[in-house]
Amino acid sequence: MPDFLQIEHIRKTFPGVIALDDVSFSVTGGEIHTLLGENGAGKSTLMNVLTGLYHPDRGEIRIDGQKVGFTSPRDSLSCGIGMVHQHFMLVPAHSVFENILLALDNVPNLFNRKEYRARIKQLIDQFGLDLDLDSPVWKLSIGAQQWIELIKLLMRDCRLLILDEPTAVLTPQEADRLFSVLQQLKQQGKSIIFISHKMREVMQISDRVTILKKGHSIATLERGSFDENRLASLMIGTDQIPEWQKNLQMSEEIVLEIQGLSVRNDRGLSDLDSFDLKLKKGEILGIAGVAGNGQKALAEVLTGLKSASQGRIMAKDKDITHSDAKKAYIAGIAHIPEDRKSIGIAPDMSVDENLIMKSFRNGAFSHWIFQDKKAIRRNAAEKIDQFAIKTGPDGSPVRYLSGGNIQKVIIARELSEKPAVLVALYPTRGLDIGSAEYVHKVIADGADRGMSTILIAEDLDELLKLSDRIAVMFRGQLVGYVDPRNTTREEIGLMMSGEKQGVAG
Amino acid sequence: MKLITERREISSRLLRFSAPIVSIAIALFVAGFLLLASGVNPLEAYREIIIESLGSIYGLSETLVKTTPLIFAGLGVSLAFRMQIWNIGAEGQIYMGALGASGVALFSGIGNHWLMMGAMFGAAFLCGGLWAGVAGFLRARWKVNEVIVTLLMNYIAILWVDYLVYGPWKDPKGFNFPLTAQFSDTARLAEYFNTRLHSGFFLAIFCALVLYLFMERTVWGYEIKVIGSNPKAAQYAGMHTGAAIFFVLFLSGAIAGIAGFSEVAGLQHRLQHGISPGYGYTAIIIAWLAKRSAIGVVIVSFLMGILLVGGDSLQLLWQLPVAFVYAFQGLILFFLLASDFFIQYRVKLVKGGRHA
Ligand SMILES: Nc1ncnc2c1ncn2[C@@H]1O[C@H](COP(=O)(O)OP(=O)(O)OP(=O)(O)O)[C@@H](O)[C@H]1O
Ligand SMILES: [Mg+2]
Repeated sequence: MPDFLQIEHIRKTFPGVIALDDVSFSVTGGEIHTLLGENGAGKSTLMNVLTGLYHPDRGEIRIDGQKVGFTSPRDSLSCGIGMVHQHFMLVPAHSVFENILLALDNVPNLFNRKEYRARIKQLIDQFGLDLDLDSPVWKLSIGAQQWIELIKLLMRDCRLLILDEPTAVLTPQEADRLFSVLQQLKQQGKSIIFISHKMREVMQISDRVTILKKGHSIATLERGSFDENRLASLMIGTDQIPEWQKNLQMSEEIVLEIQGLSVRNDRGLSDLDSFDLKLKKGEILGIAGVAGNGQKALAEVLTGLKSASQGRIMAKDKDITHSDAKKAYIAGIAHIPEDRKSIGIAPDMSVDENLIMKSFRNGAFSHWIFQDKKAIRRNAAEKIDQFAIKTGPDGSPVRYLSGGNIQKVIIARELSEKPAVLVALYPTRGLDIGSAEYVHKVIADGADRGMSTILIAEDLDELLKLSDRIAVMFRGQLVGYVDPRNTTREEIGLMMSGEKQGVAG
Repeated sequence: MKLITERREISSRLLRFSAPIVSIAIALFVAGFLLLASGVNPLEAYREIIIESLGSIYGLSETLVKTTPLIFAGLGVSLAFRMQIWNIGAEGQIYMGALGASGVALFSGIGNHWLMMGAMFGAAFLCGGLWAGVAGFLRARWKVNEVIVTLLMNYIAILWVDYLVYGPWKDPKGFNFPLTAQFSDTARLAEYFNTRLHSGFFLAIFCALVLYLFMERTVWGYEIKVIGSNPKAAQYAGMHTGAAIFFVLFLSGAIAGIAGFSEVAGLQHRLQHGISPGYGYTAIIIAWLAKRSAIGVVIVSFLMGILLVGGDSLQLLWQLPVAFVYAFQGLILFFLLASDFFIQYRVKLVKGGRHA
């Protein structure tokens, strides 16, 4: 099949940064083409160039052999190129149906609405999606919202669908669903550019993989000619994956105890429902559960973003449920959605300034009321080096960092607080493999120093590798604990679906 | 061919400095036609503006006199802007500051000059601060929109001053004009070079420096910037955003209030009807153009001062209507704001729409 899309020698610079240096690759009809690269390699920038959001400094894009120059996403859409963005462009109060209509070029009038409805329905049935056209968008899970974005593009007959880290916000079940839909689309002759940091997914669905490194496309490999190791070594090159070792924690001292905690969500339902948990000193306590069973609420109530409607959080013997002391005792790190304005960073401020957001009043960074700029810079240089954060020129706003690098800024900041308790909510989502390993190492090292971690993740491998104990959640309640060295994926799976109890306490 | 605009990721330093200059040049060019239409040689008029406002000790001093209240009010407004708080009420805060300072000057009976200055300054600071603080409190406590509150309170402040100068505080020997008695010498700021230039100007420069250090070097300035950038992140990091909103609006109003002190103590030596011809509103534009930077406020205020003084002279010399002066000032502002657009966005001529 001839190449449908060719990208040749693309270069895109930002002041002080060469985001793309010389990138070439091609996409044929009916293939799933994966872009792989470290955080900051230039994947998102390349996709923004391809969809006309950025104008390349050099290089050309050809579709069916014809040179094109996109000046806006509308241009690329009309050439059949559509992108599912990570922050969805949906109107929360409107229904699914209305949101899809809004995205169409010639908005249908009253009379042919039925026809459109039927067409959308047909798409939903065809792919076996579970989507109610009349429910308002705000009621839907993130996975379901992603379906809407996909349907929008399909309604416009896009020939090339771009998905930038779609699975970073999906549960493994939702991701599997997405992959089967992508396979069907491929069968229909559509092309897909897929971005992910999860090797297993890349192996599972890619027909070809192009590896980006520091703004260069360094290799394109066909299915069959790559395996996880080869991809990883190409992507990371000579850089080493940090080594670490998990030491078993023996302490029986309880540093945090959650008793009968209940939290309501915006819709008035219980996210946590008399939830109990005991955290021992220096342990890594993994939390397993199908996403949407209260993990996020747990992290939010512990880090003070939500308040409990019932129950207590005890630090040693002190009740800190509603106290400010909680902030000093518990730190939190979390996956950063591509929507950069989320909590966690001040997007217009520099990396240096963001790194001290929690400790700016410390003696280390201030004298009396004055900031110690030298100390702040020194701290930043240290953290940037440690966590291999790829930044722009000194002083440029955090907003311009790549998704993974923003996340590293937050992780570096929260861990430098040396908290007694760390709550990590999907901390390695969106991080490249080297960085994910480094975060694991930091958490394990922290445990050796006596920091206790509540690690919320959905990747069972990650949990099994890192945890001293695993607590399983189901419908906002604790099902029980298991010993990771002494359990099976099946046992945890059964507990996650609420069918089996674990050991108490 | 197609014109597109693209947001500049980081605007270059050179551009940031050159764009305002170019835009002023364009504005002068366009305004030239207006002048020609009224039968005035534009080059001569511009020469006149420069000479009148900068060409002599007297002219320069008058320009600085006009610059002074603009700096104070501009600093106040720009401080709040830093936190994404929109203080539209600098005008009212100037009036309240003037009212507070005048009250002390007229009725405190303090004999010592420095004590008197301190007390008048303090009163203006407090009155302006509390006036804006009301909006800060309402915003922090009940999320009441500060734009509306600060704006409406302008009218209240102006009417308060009018009430006093037409009523209880009116100078009995003032032939029924709406003004208070003259302040005694203890209640006057020093004047220089036999002109109207008073120490309020140096106080304004000093204020700008302090505010610059405050924003760029202190932990409070840092906190304000974080809250302005992302209130949610600030809250997460343990900052008390509500208290900060009140504090910043208070300080913003207090600095604008100092303008009132400087006007009555340095220039007018009494409280009277219409003590500010809209400095508080001009301050909003100044803060905007200055990109919220304290040093920028000083520079832009000075430019505005030239416009005000030069505009007056056009009126006198060629009997141009006052409307012309406003139109002239409006044009310059218009082009300055437009240049702002070109600093932030790049306009490109791109070949071809889709298929080239
Ligand atoms: N608007 C911008 N202004 C300045 N620099 C930018 C901008 N957008 C991206 N960059 C820089 O370009 C580089 C590539 O960023 P990009 O977002 O493409 O990385 P990525 O491969 O998608 O990484 P990640 O896996 O973390 O999402 C980064 O160094 C980033 O800081
Ligand atoms: Mg990215």
